[in-house]
Amino acid sequence: MKLIELTPLDLSIAALLVLALAALSWRLRLGVERRLLVAATRSVLQLMLIGLVLKTLFAQRDPLLIGALALVMLAIAGYEVMARQEHRFTGAWGLGIGTLSMGISAFSITLLALQLVIRVDPWYTPQYLIPLLGMMLGNTMNGMAISLDNLTQNAWQRRGEIEARLMLGQSWQQAIGDLRRRALRAGLIPIINAMAAAGVVSLPGMMTGQILAGSPPLEAAKYQIMILLLIAAGTGFGAIVAVSLGAARLFDERQRLRLDRLR
Amino acid sequence: MEQLRLHDFQSRNLQPVDLTLQAGECVTLGGPSGCGKSLLLRAIADLDPHLGEARCGSHLQSQTPPPQWRRMVALLPAESHWWAETVGEHMPDVEPELLTALGFKADPLDWQVTRLSSGERQRLSLARLLSNRPRVLLLDEPTANLDQQSGAQVEALVGRYLEEHAAAALWVSHDAQQRARIGARGFLIADGLLRTEA
Repeated sequence: MKLIELTPLDLSIAALLVLALAALSWRLRLGVERRLLVAATRSVLQLMLIGLVLKTLFAQRDPLLIGALALVMLAIAGYEVMARQEHRFTGAWGLGIGTLSMGISAFSITLLALQLVIRVDPWYTPQYLIPLLGMMLGNTMNGMAISLDNLTQNAWQRRGEIEARLMLGQSWQQAIGDLRRRALRAGLIPIINAMAAAGVVSLPGMMTGQILAGSPPLEAAKYQIMILLLIAAGTGFGAIVAVSLGAARLFDERQRLRLDRLR
Repeated sequence: MEQLRLHDFQSRNLQPVDLTLQAGECVTLGGPSGCGKSLLLRAIADLDPHLGEARCGSHLQSQTPPPQWRRMVALLPAESHWWAETVGEHMPDVEPELLTALGFKADPLDWQVTRLSSGERQRLSLARLLSNRPRVLLLDEPTANLDQQSGAQVEALVGRYLEEHAAAALWVSHDAQQRARIGARGFLIADGLLRTEA
């Protein structure tokens, strides 16, 4: 099958629809026409720009450069995990916990998939590495941010219960055990729901894209299955690492609850 | 025999403290709100960072695993917290006589924690603490929420526990009459210093 290329004319048909919507918004005095047009223009510019960037990047064969880009993506994802915390850890731990756990899970699972599953040669071929890593980071990031946020918020709100358990002679692992399990569950539920609904309620974006680009639907489905399973594994392992690091950091060497390590 | 010895022990808001509690002894602690009484008790239970050393019998605080230390040197905070649904889940080893002595006629172990009155909560949290058989009790206003009768029950029970187990207690109370009643020795905290109460 051949990829049907979109011409500027094709895109302008879609753009005309948005313009019509803006006109209607103006006529009905909804007041969103300005924001609608600005957002539409932004998305056109941003996507064209990233298309150009990727075009240059895919021409690259330098593993160092591609590796550096992958690390930058990892750091940005780690920052995003931190930024979504209401009570984040102070100091280097704030950025470190998210980045480290995603490095352990999303990063290594992507490399594993490239080496063993898709068998790309060389493994750093940017056409595969960059989109796959982006998808893994973007999706596992959510689960990890939810898990960590759940853990730290609950520790903050239930400090009295945690300390009551410590006072009665429980170890820190016992005292935080319930909250750890709760945090992990919270982080895993979105990906479990996504897997359960895949193909029945929603056709995932990647699969849709591949089908439109001319792939046979069954091939697209297989890629989508792989991605979903990898994301589930990455989210789960990453959340376990993040919650374990976070829970341990909430206590000091004398097993005292140290909420002063959050802010 | 001494049960608790504090040496150069410094918690937040307080000057270093030297204090010894003998077996069977109940020592009271008074002073205005916010003077550092509760913080001193928390530090002795090793729940807050502090300076100096504490010793319980032959166990040095810094050398004892924290869970073991907190079972020996048990803190009853002013407000009790409960993490499970029923009372019994919080105290698997409690003896029925302990509950009877605190005035519970029916067995409270199946009760829902959310349905306890504040007085019941307070007395049950003392039962929960004593079921660990601590050697030192750090009591932070244990009768503040109780009516006179329950308060008297708690005083009597703690007194009997100290006697039977040769334990020691450090009892924080705002009530000067109560302090005179329960403690042979007492201290007041003022300006960050521990002074003998006349």
